[in-house]
Amino acid sequence: MKKFDHLTKNAAGRIVPAEINGEKHIPYKGVGKYIPDGRKHAPRIASCTNYPDDGNKIVANLKEALIKAGLKDGMTISTHHHFRNGDVISNQIFDIAYELGVKNLRWFPSASFPCHEPIIKHLKDGTINRIEGSLNGPLGKFCSEGKMQGLGVLRSHGGRYQAVQDGEVQIDIAIIAAPSADPFGNANGVNGPAACGLLGFALADSQYADKVIVVTDNLVPFPCIPWQIHGNYVDHVVQVEKVGIPEKIISGTTQITKSPDRLLIAELTAKFCDAAGIIRDGFSYQAGAGGTSLSIGIYFGDILRERGWKARFIRAGSNKYPVQMLEEGLVDYILDGQTFDLEGVRSMRENPNHINTSPFTSYNYHGKGNFSTMVDVVVLGATEVDINFNANVVTHSDGYLLHGIGGWQNCLFSKCTILPIPLFRDRIPVIKDEVTTICGPGELIDVIVTERGIAINPLRKDLLEKVKNTDLPIKTIEELKDEAEQICGKPAKPDLCDEVVAVIKWVDGTVIDAVWKVKSGQ
Amino acid sequence: MSEKIIKKATAGNKGQGIRSDCFISMELTGTGGIDIQLSSKVNILFGKDIKNQITEILTFFNIENANIVIEDSGALTYVIAARMEAVIKKLIDSDKEYLYPVIDENKYQTSGDSNRFSRLYLPGNTPHLIINAGIHKPNGIILDLEDAVAHEKKFEACFLVRNALRNLNFYGAERMVRINQLPRGLEDLEYIVPHNVNLILLPKCESADEIKQINHRIDEIKKTKQIKGDIWLMPIIESARGVINIYEIAEAASNVVALAIGLEDFTADLGTRRTEEGTESFFARSKLVIACRAAGIQAIDSVYSDVADMEGLKNTILRSKAMGFNGMGCIHPRQIAVIHENYAPDEQEIEKAKKICNAFKEAEEKGLGVVSLGTKMIDPPVVKRAQHTIDLAIATGKLTKNWRDEV
Repeated sequence: MKKFDHLTKNAAGRIVPAEINGEKHIPYKGVGKYIPDGRKHAPRIASCTNYPDDGNKIVANLKEALIKAGLKDGMTISTHHHFRNGDVISNQIFDIAYELGVKNLRWFPSASFPCHEPIIKHLKDGTINRIEGSLNGPLGKFCSEGKMQGLGVLRSHGGRYQAVQDGEVQIDIAIIAAPSADPFGNANGVNGPAACGLLGFALADSQYADKVIVVTDNLVPFPCIPWQIHGNYVDHVVQVEKVGIPEKIISGTTQITKSPDRLLIAELTAKFCDAAGIIRDGFSYQAGAGGTSLSIGIYFGDILRERGWKARFIRAGSNKYPVQMLEEGLVDYILDGQTFDLEGVRSMRENPNHINTSPFTSYNYHGKGNFSTMVDVVVLGATEVDINFNANVVTHSDGYLLHGIGGWQNCLFSKCTILPIPLFRDRIPVIKDEVTTICGPGELIDVIVTERGIAINPLRKDLLEKVKNTDLPIKTIEELKDEAEQICGKPAKPDLCDEVVAVIKWVDGTVIDAVWKVKSGQ
Repeated sequence: MSEKIIKKATAGNKGQGIRSDCFISMELTGTGGIDIQLSSKVNILFGKDIKNQITEILTFFNIENANIVIEDSGALTYVIAARMEAVIKKLIDSDKEYLYPVIDENKYQTSGDSNRFSRLYLPGNTPHLIINAGIHKPNGIILDLEDAVAHEKKFEACFLVRNALRNLNFYGAERMVRINQLPRGLEDLEYIVPHNVNLILLPKCESADEIKQINHRIDEIKKTKQIKGDIWLMPIIESARGVINIYEIAEAASNVVALAIGLEDFTADLGTRRTEEGTESFFARSKLVIACRAAGIQAIDSVYSDVADMEGLKNTILRSKAMGFNGMGCIHPRQIAVIHENYAPDEQEIEKAKKICNAFKEAEEKGLGVVSLGTKMIDPPVVKRAQHTIDLAIATGKLTKNWRDEV
């Protein structure tokens, strides 16, 4: 099986393979241009007579559960990332697979973290053929250097749901690590020593996988309430000593930034939103977990409080800052995709207005609508942006694949997408002639806010008009690029090989870009 | 060029938390040509540029045989050049200076009575803190060669500060350098006087004689290098002796445009502790304000050191302003906005100034020699002061330029 074949130019002007890991894929056609037909994928029919009447699906350990689930060569194994860098189960799964001599697996996580570095040995020994999911840090480096047997496939959170729903990825065994579960398989993320808030990223896996294993360190008698994951989808339940490392589940980036430069960017972003009339009574926004995004949320809160306004909802990654706003009455609802700290977990457990969501409600391409298009403003990060407003969130300017897409692509569909980013990092300009990898097409990216000026996408004449008589430092994106190059110099292009190591999927399942192998020893 | 006895030297910084800097070690060898070992976090993007730059600098200083190891954490061009020149000059004697042209953005002068609400202190040998200083819009940026630079780093810091004055965009802020105490401070001057400095801060100043020494040296350098343009002085009073001599220092030379007080050192000199209410320094600060007014120059207050306490900063500024200070130092960019907001004239002051300026205009139009407001006669200094308040209000965005046209 070839890693990739049939290189073609897609609608974004990028060369991408139309054959990936032996399967046909469709090159990107443009935003909203690909409308597939047919019926959704469905898992095998189950019959309740095959399951115990007493509801007890407990098996002795993870190994036995995997054997019972029929683990064999070439299967697709899925996991979720609600435990972030505190996930201990994924590594165990592949240690067991290795021990059983199973080969050629496809790992389909909703995201990977530096704690998954041990997986590299199983990529080397052939237990795992490839990862389809975010490739962070060490795994990304490994993939960038062309060392992964199969081709990496990166999807957004919404794109992952899409791929599961339309059968592009058929999960053989889903392993759902859960902070709380009962013997029937009902599970949630709000209770237990490894509480992580919710389990939304595992929802599609529970519904569509052929076999589902729930693993918990907090087994409660039936019923486990709330049942964020329904036991009716679950085959086996495994009790372990530890399902995740609590202190690593809390994301390290959930403090507001102390950097004066980033605070300035946050302040400018909030001022821009105010000047453009985006902040109003009843508006909605998405705040990420990065330090700059959190600070923007603080500025939004200040404006709401001062004017006696209230936001209708915050789309989150939640932590203590949006929770404070909810409890202060500055917002009606938090629609939460993942909780980043214990305050977020507590709020989700106690407050009925703190809602757990899944990529289905927020991002899914095959839904009859989703709420990403209804959010008034989202603030997102990026590693690079180009003069056509195309943005990159997965590779660095030196060509290395170091980050996942997360919900980033899906969020671009909001009414106003703002990227607050520094103009350069150390000596590396963030605004370029052409991004190393396109993750988001420029037509969906409206505003770039840097510490040295704000560039508005010329397509957004309305925004340009609204801020034209303010004292905001509005510049063209070309001016910003020139300013960065004046300070840093013009960087050389990385010398990349002719070999694709990973592809970036668009939210509809088409291939928007390819990641090329970096030359080692550079 | 002549070689010194030592054959190996280093300059710059490396290690955890170091960004936008580089560490260079260089060894002069008799033969074997040039060998450059570069490790850089921006190697793929700028590796070739960096090697070319190093080679160019070596050629400039006629160095033909050397081993050079560079550990780069994303240093900008002028930083690399400063580190290279420092390491080279530790190894050889040379009068040559490797300089890039002064960037156009920095080709501005300041005036003696420029607005000096805020001046941001930055350590002169820490590139990553310097790079973005200007975007926070302080009135002045101080590159510090004194307390913020370790003794063994003072030499290399001079090159970095020199290059920054020429090639770092200050975004309109006054380019200030705090030199070392005399006599070392006199040596610092040759790195800054020909290189675009606007104002020099003289720490721990105790006498008019120090001002005279500095001005003498400045004039010498200006003459040899044919430098035009004003260079202002802001002596810092930081000792009991300095306080006693404040007025003679204020009047020591026409380019002394402001006096600042440094309370950490001052309270240490008194053998007491700095307190929030500042009783221990009240006399000294008040004396400084009075001396400055008498000499017709600006009085600048000490820094507020708790960068997290914006409320405390605000209260300190309001007291400082009430005493007559025109501005203060700051050690964190987030303090700048608070300083500008609170040293700027408040609404009451602006209203009063508007009335006075209007009365003056009216009197002028009517050809009256005497200005009066209601039943009060207004003296010319009061009018001048009111005009100054209006100017400040406009500069800080509290009043529009055409305020007379607005109702």
